[in-house]
Amino acid sequence: MPKQRVLITGISRFLGGHLAQRLEQDPDVGEIFGVDLEPPGVELQRTEFVRADIRNPLIVKVLQATEVDTLVHAAVIATPGRAGGRAQMKEINVIGTMQLFAACQKAEKLQKVVMKSTTAVYGSDPTDPSIFPEDVGPSSHPRTGYAKDAWEVENYARSFGRRRPDVDLTILRFANFIGPQIDTPLTRYFSLPVVPTAFGFDPRIQLLHEEDANEILYRATREEHPGTFNASGDGVVYLSQALRMAGKIAIPIATPFMNLISGAIRQTGLVDFSPEQLQFLQWGRVGDVNRLKTQFGYTPRFTTAEALSDFIARSKLAKVFSEEQAEQWEKDLYGFLARLARSRAIPDAVRS
Amino acid sequence: MAEAEVIRIDHGRRAADTQLCRGRTAGGRPCRNRAGASGFCRRHEPAEQPEAHSPSRFEADLERALAFLRRRVTGGYQVDDFGFDPDLTENVLLPILRPLFDRWWRVEQRGLDNIPATGPALLVSNHSGTLPWDALMMKLAVYEGTGRHCRLLAADLPFRLPVVGEIARKSGNTLACAEDSTRLLDAGEIVGVFPEGYKGIGKPFRERYKLQRFGRGGFVEVALRTGAPMIPVSIVGAEEIYPMLYNLKPLARLLGFPYFPVTPTFPALGVLGAVPLPSKWIIEYGEPINTSSFTPDAALDPMFVFNLTDQVREAIQQTLYKNLMSRRSVFF
Repeated sequence: MPKQRVLITGISRFLGGHLAQRLEQDPDVGEIFGVDLEPPGVELQRTEFVRADIRNPLIVKVLQATEVDTLVHAAVIATPGRAGGRAQMKEINVIGTMQLFAACQKAEKLQKVVMKSTTAVYGSDPTDPSIFPEDVGPSSHPRTGYAKDAWEVENYARSFGRRRPDVDLTILRFANFIGPQIDTPLTRYFSLPVVPTAFGFDPRIQLLHEEDANEILYRATREEHPGTFNASGDGVVYLSQALRMAGKIAIPIATPFMNLISGAIRQTGLVDFSPEQLQFLQWGRVGDVNRLKTQFGYTPRFTTAEALSDFIARSKLAKVFSEEQAEQWEKDLYGFLARLARSRAIPDAVRS
Repeated sequence: MAEAEVIRIDHGRRAADTQLCRGRTAGGRPCRNRAGASGFCRRHEPAEQPEAHSPSRFEADLERALAFLRRRVTGGYQVDDFGFDPDLTENVLLPILRPLFDRWWRVEQRGLDNIPATGPALLVSNHSGTLPWDALMMKLAVYEGTGRHCRLLAADLPFRLPVVGEIARKSGNTLACAEDSTRLLDAGEIVGVFPEGYKGIGKPFRERYKLQRFGRGGFVEVALRTGAPMIPVSIVGAEEIYPMLYNLKPLARLLGFPYFPVTPTFPALGVLGAVPLPSKWIIEYGEPINTSSFTPDAALDPMFVFNLTDQVREAIQQTLYKNLMSRRSVFF
């Protein structure tokens, strides 16, 4: 059997780079090509880096010249800051993917396409079911930002899949990534000293540890798993709970003011806040991970809560207070009140 | 009270070296039970080893309360995928409702045996009272009666609202849709549904205890697909808590509410008008309607679904009439 030849778009990014690293270790993988505008962020030995833009017609030549049988499309970017503005981001995400799949049409050797997508395609809305299985769409698809891009990009992938039924298409809808190394809007959000939240709302969030994300992408590349899969750690945490675990102080802001505040925060460049992220802060979203576990055959090593704990422990967040402190407060307060009670300062009616 | 003691007829043959319990019976006589390692029988064993300071009830409560606060502050609690937070629900949300349940409405429960101790069940109830106090009371009633949590299905309005939506979700409720209810029943939960919806809760006082149309029978389809038994629940008393004389529709439309009630006290008395009247409540759980004997395909037959919907509705209506007759007055 000939060795697998893999082309990875978005190799400068965390997932693309780590996938290439992992594939290099695998003797059954032949040549690996990485396409991006920036060089890979991790050290790679035998991966060939092709500096190209997927929007460029040159990509057809790259696909044909490399004769790859597997394409891993991990170039969809989540934050306008990285791309240099929202318009540019949309251009790269949507038009880039369109061009890429147009090029794939003619790549006869191609047998497998793995696409990195996101559970953000489900949007965040109070009128939707609490848990999204892969087949059931939301009542309305997101109309802004990254989520909209991801949905459109998925549609290009699906229509390519219909045109080329001989190609196995795997769409991975990843939940929010978290981990000590990866840099996402969410990890930045958690690194803010005080964290703005939406007053009166507490979204459920689902997290996937970066190591699990790498593993899932690797398995999707190496094994045969056609279909669409939600990918996340088991369970959910509330945002308020996550912030408390991280020892952060939440500042609830009334939603009408959220846009104002988020605009100011965006200006600082610390965290990218877009409208669909604001919706996420109100209602959150949860994907059903049953199919990942049963059909895909992988159960993430970290649950949502464990992934968060690992991130908190290893990225050395500046905690406003720690768990030990909270335990100490508990002991002190107990000692104080119990003494008070014994000295009869608290009336008997309360004590009994 | 005299304690029920086992009087052994063979105590004369007991080995001489057998130690007897050092405790005394309630009547003051020495206990004749065999003693354990501590020198007491199991009944008279001191609850705790006496210490320098035996913790009083106040201290035990204090300890529990502080441990709860610490869990909240450090995020050390667990929620399920729907966002149900049992720690918060059992320690804060349900205790807040308890005085209303015990003192204000003096809720009486009948037919608790009809709720299964384990496994799924779909509680189908009438809905009334302008504000969904009946749903909250049913939730507490099921918890008090069986120790199980009833997961209510609600319209999307509460989940849109700040604070209300958050609390609704944390206390284990979710959006009334086939996906969520199927998932909960498949997980073996008790699910509570109010098929009348806004038509029931927002109906004028003169139509009290007249059941409205039962939605489109979606709950029956879910019960058929999951094989969960349906338990008709009849709540008497909630109709009288805010007697709605008139519905200010234009104002409701302006505010985006399903209705805007005018009661004898609201909005005339302002916030005071929001105090519900202390009617006497009876919650009765009827005979379960077994759906597992039908094939899941039955859910595909609309006529069958309508008939089953009517059967549930009729069962609730009959029980409502019966309990209304047995009630001495609205308030007692």
